[in-house]
Amino acid sequence: MGVETKNILIVGVGGQGIISATDILAQVLVSTEYDVKVSEAHGMSQGGGSVNTMVRFGNKVYSPVIEKGQADYMLAFEKLEALRWSNFLKPGSTVIMNDEIIKPLPVLLGKAKYPDDIEERIRRRVTNLVTIDAGNLAESVGSRRAANIVLLACLATFMPVPKDVWYACIERRVPPKAVEVSKSAFDMGYEFL
Amino acid sequence: MKMLLSGNEAIAYGAYAAGVKVATGYLGTPSMEILENLVKYDEVDASWSPNEKVALEVGIGASMGGARALVAMKHVGVNVAADPLFTLAYTGVNGGLVLVSADDPAMHSSQNEQDNRHYARSAKVPMLEPSDSEEAAWLVDEGFKISERFDIPVLLRTTTRVNHSRSLVDVNIERRKREAKLERDVEKYVMIPAHARQRREILEQRLAALAGYSEEFPGNRIEWVSRDIGFITSGISYQYVREAFPEASILKLTMTYPPPGRLITDFIRQLERVIVVEELDPFIEDQIRAWGLPVIGKQLIPGIGELNLETIRAVLDDGKSNYYEGREEDDLPVRPPVLCAGCPHRGVFYILRKTGLMVAGDIGCHTLGVLPPLESMDTCLCMGASIGNAMGLQKVTGRKDVVAVIGDSTFVHSGITPLIDIVYNRGMTTVLILDNRTTAVTGRQSHPGTGVTLRRKEGRQLDFEKLVKAIGVKSVRVVDPYDLETVHTAVKEETEKDEPSVIIFKRACVLVDEVKSEPLMVTDTCDGCKECIWLGCPALSWGEERARIDPSRCPGCGICIQVCKKEAIVKYEQPDKGAGI
Repeated sequence: MGVETKNILIVGVGGQGIISATDILAQVLVSTEYDVKVSEAHGMSQGGGSVNTMVRFGNKVYSPVIEKGQADYMLAFEKLEALRWSNFLKPGSTVIMNDEIIKPLPVLLGKAKYPDDIEERIRRRVTNLVTIDAGNLAESVGSRRAANIVLLACLATFMPVPKDVWYACIERRVPPKAVEVSKSAFDMGYEFL
Repeated sequence: MKMLLSGNEAIAYGAYAAGVKVATGYLGTPSMEILENLVKYDEVDASWSPNEKVALEVGIGASMGGARALVAMKHVGVNVAADPLFTLAYTGVNGGLVLVSADDPAMHSSQNEQDNRHYARSAKVPMLEPSDSEEAAWLVDEGFKISERFDIPVLLRTTTRVNHSRSLVDVNIERRKREAKLERDVEKYVMIPAHARQRREILEQRLAALAGYSEEFPGNRIEWVSRDIGFITSGISYQYVREAFPEASILKLTMTYPPPGRLITDFIRQLERVIVVEELDPFIEDQIRAWGLPVIGKQLIPGIGELNLETIRAVLDDGKSNYYEGREEDDLPVRPPVLCAGCPHRGVFYILRKTGLMVAGDIGCHTLGVLPPLESMDTCLCMGASIGNAMGLQKVTGRKDVVAVIGDSTFVHSGITPLIDIVYNRGMTTVLILDNRTTAVTGRQSHPGTGVTLRRKEGRQLDFEKLVKAIGVKSVRVVDPYDLETVHTAVKEETEKDEPSVIIFKRACVLVDEVKSEPLMVTDTCDGCKECIWLGCPALSWGEERARIDPSRCPGCGICIQVCKKEAIVKYEQPDKGAGI
């Protein structure tokens, strides 16, 4: 047997750039000659619903879907979604969480309370929790829209792939005018940890 | 070269490589990316049809003309296309025809989770089921070959986890060159009873030949490991079983109709215990049981929703399973999808809620009008049902204030004939067409009402106002849904009439045609009445004592200005200019 399959769960809210971040990650992993599978759930997500993607890589991957309690990494674009999906975390896994709150409709209507103990509850499951203000970091290099690249770069530090491969995949995926900002955003996230 | 493709991209690629000439379909999750990818190839004539029945009929015409045709739709779309499908099995094909049915177990984005494998048996057509993208691309090509060899349409049945998962596909295949030869054969293609009776006999002969072929079809294969326990499985379930039980033998079925009877019998006889793992109904299991063979299936495997690794492991859990039972965080606020900030549907539902009308709804983004806080929908069944439902409700309740609400794309799909019924049979229903100039819910695709084709070329635009007038509706209004007072007046006046009426609420989806206005803000004048909060706009939230508007999310549509009694909502000013937010 070779490399054991690694499981990456990416969660957040529609419109946060999760699909393009997943694309870049998947392309990077394909270039390493691992077997890669990606699963996306985005039914009516453009209406601001919960979005998740799952990326699995290893010598041979069968199921495209990660089992509960088996995610090695979680990249969370929004805090409530991080907590919602935390039951997928494996003990000893790593969570990279964007320090952003997007209140869902029941909270906006004043009918539900946005939890204020998210970090605490995630820490009950795993010790490796990194919180990063990706929006502000991305803004400091030119555009808040590159927050997804900042987050992806944090995850990149845990992946067995050199930085130039990430740059190459970013260049292929983002619009030409966004390439420079995206690379700077990547550096920002990569150096964060 | 290996590329990471979704199941839908792989089907499009496979169809291109197979030399497909004509591709048609109607939208619906999880199927629409098939045509959206096929249209990238200039050699393929790919187009959206108004509905699935038309899509299949156009595909059949192309096949009769000798070309290979691919027709794609979601599972419930096959219900709409079922009429031509059943007789197509009789006529057979000239050029190969593959019908893709994209099923949605667990109803990620559907109103039911029907198992369309039953269509293969009842329509008497062969069925192929891929379990990843590589197989999906291969099976499209095989499907065309089978279709032509056995003179029959082929059903390619996928599920959301195949359509929307990506895996590696070898994309070195060149496009097959085919010549379309028109065939005129009235006994084969004109299904008067005398001809149909002949074709009925021939259909059975073709099915018998297919059953023989299923035994040797390379997609139906055994992976021998243990002689104690074996699984019979297909589609995405194969991936779960293979991962969960590396020690077990597996009979992987890819052509699941007609099933390979000898192969299945031999497999079962060589094993102590055989479990059939399939999502939804006991389709394979029932066929095996009918042959009197001992298998275990739905007494262990859930028949509702999707399967996954956890469920499948639980089947044989011997206590050694090491998977961590992740407890849910179940006290969290839910995050339902909402109508976007600036959505033109919002004002209409706000008014419907105020007026307390009975609302028969339909399929689309606007179905979100059923959720709090708008909560103004009473029914939603299937594409186009709103209008007929409203008429039936009106017949029984005697209420004139029953309205149907339907989107533009859905109206074209199947809203026109029920409107004819209302006019013809002298109903009084008011039909509200929410014309946002796109098929918003599936990702903003074009349709006849937009006049733009799948290839982004100019087609001929359907004029809703002229259409409904031609049907015989005398009272027709076109209203801007951002203008709440006019919306209110129109709904009130039209529902009071003793005749059918149509109101076309015309304004482009905010994601298609961004509102260019400045964002808004709430001033100190706000007295906390929460009226604006009842719009359910994601840019609006309840602060401690008054409403707040998030300027980064507000497109400035101005609907909230109209509902505020205190004139507390104004154009956004930078906080340093003095106004508070």
